[in-house]
Amino acid sequence: MIKRFFSHHPLMFWGGVIITLLVLCALTAQWIAPYDPIRQNLTQNLLPPSIHHWMGTDQYGRDVLSRLIYGSRVSLSVGLVAVSIYILIGTTVGSVAGYYGGWVDGALMRLVDILLCIPTFFLILMVIAFVGPSIINIMVIIGVTSWTDVARLVRGEVLALKEREFIQAARVIGMKDSRIILRHLLPNALGPVLVVATLGIGGAILVESSLSFLGLGVQPPTPSWGNMLEEGKDHLTDAWWLITFPGMAIFLTVLGYNLLGEGLRDLLDPRLRGSGRQ
Amino acid sequence: MRKFLLRRLLLMIPLLLGISFISFVIMQLAPGDPASLNIGMNSKIDPSYILKLRQSYGLDDPLMVQYWHWLKRICLLNFGNTFRDNRPVIAVIGERLPATLLLSGLSEVLLFLVAVPLGVMAAYYHNRWYDRFISIFSFVGFSMPSFWFALMLMLLFGVWLNLLPVSGMTSTEAEYLPWNDRILDLISHLILPLIVTTYGGLASISRYARTSMLEVIRQDYIRTARAKGLSETQVIFKHALRNALIPIVTLMGLSLPNLIGGSFIIETIFSWPGMGRLGFESVLSHDYPLLMGIGVITALLTLLGNLLADLAYAWLDPRIRYD
Repeated sequence: MIKRFFSHHPLMFWGGVIITLLVLCALTAQWIAPYDPIRQNLTQNLLPPSIHHWMGTDQYGRDVLSRLIYGSRVSLSVGLVAVSIYILIGTTVGSVAGYYGGWVDGALMRLVDILLCIPTFFLILMVIAFVGPSIINIMVIIGVTSWTDVARLVRGEVLALKEREFIQAARVIGMKDSRIILRHLLPNALGPVLVVATLGIGGAILVESSLSFLGLGVQPPTPSWGNMLEEGKDHLTDAWWLITFPGMAIFLTVLGYNLLGEGLRDLLDPRLRGSGRQ
Repeated sequence: MRKFLLRRLLLMIPLLLGISFISFVIMQLAPGDPASLNIGMNSKIDPSYILKLRQSYGLDDPLMVQYWHWLKRICLLNFGNTFRDNRPVIAVIGERLPATLLLSGLSEVLLFLVAVPLGVMAAYYHNRWYDRFISIFSFVGFSMPSFWFALMLMLLFGVWLNLLPVSGMTSTEAEYLPWNDRILDLISHLILPLIVTTYGGLASISRYARTSMLEVIRQDYIRTARAKGLSETQVIFKHALRNALIPIVTLMGLSLPNLIGGSFIIETIFSWPGMGRLGFESVLSHDYPLLMGIGVITALLTLLGNLLADLAYAWLDPRIRYD
């Protein structure tokens, strides 16, 4: 069965493999990490990869592999929480705008237009600078600034669905609007939202690591892949392993989510197969 | 056409108002006001001086009054003075803007020249190994963090091969060089940042070019062109490509905010003296007037990019008439 799934959906298969391994890593970090990710050992600093330290050690003598394993917790949780927040906001805004139309729709979509003119990353940077960097703040800020695409998507789906007979039937029997939206409209728009959410987790992980890389994200000594790169960039000339492995971890994780998302798109909507991101 | 242009320009006004209001409100979220920042660490300062400073900045006025005063000034591109060196914001931005425009302008051109052929070839060899290769490449492109890509390039070309400079826009001794060496110096500094900024859009633009070309190739007029015996190059380049390019042009205009957004991190890594790095510095130093100026100028550039994309669309596709 696995073989058949693999040959029919290679994207989802590989994406699934990467993400499963990663989640396992994050869940079992305290047992599989060979060293304490935070304890410094200054006599062992900047050691190249060896049999004792597979990915070498950093400038404080901490084991890079262990920090990488613990860092997966930060990336996964930021991705998951941030995306949940913006899916919630985007779905609410999009379905209200699409369902009610009129001035509500006009006002909400103008707000979306305005937000689209400000580069999201700049917006996030500004807000982070004011409220201060911490994991929770990052999750919330990515969540409240990145919902515009979801809102547009859901609005489009709702607009297409609301003229269909089953929605009109629901309205005719006197169902409340909130119930129509929650029970009949949204479940039918779930597919594309799920795809966007999966791809979005990869995107949120990229944003988190960029912020941590700029020193405005997860603060040391808590290991995150972004702040490992930030600390490693000062040793560009004498410790290549400090920037190579964390970057590779980010890349593989985001790749995993992208593969999974695209695979999901193929699975849910065969018409779009091979047509790329819309 | 003139009427369309005028209407588009008028439509930008409410958008700009909204943008300015949102950036203004975000600034109000900031803890610690400029008056206390200006005084800095000096604890022996006279409280009445703080009060005076707050008044001179207008910090005690109601929010809407502050916004109104600020809006009146920015209509004249007067963003006030920066906190850090007390110079006009617009002058500081003006110094940094050319570097950003140079980098993003060149990378838009390069993006177009590289991504479109990649996508068109992929569509032409649909489902063959070349197409597969491009698909894999675009997955890799979507997933690679640009700052890590930048670091790896710095490691490879700057440290290991020692071929290219990894930071700044000019060498320290550049001022004393003859003009032709100065241009070479600038180019050598441009290469790495340019590769990184271009690569960021490569995956998505080539993917779109492929989709758009695939759609066009299936049209009847392409079959007609083939049927009347035109050579394959003529069919592809004269009939198909021109039509496939139309949505790409719009997309390039729309990708401008991403390009500018990306410049914050890329300019910071390469110490490129552009607006992105200025933005990052002013975020760190809580320089509100500078931040607001950058926000408004960025949004203005974005709107301008969208407008240009719309105009190009109307110009390229005679079927589209705006009236």
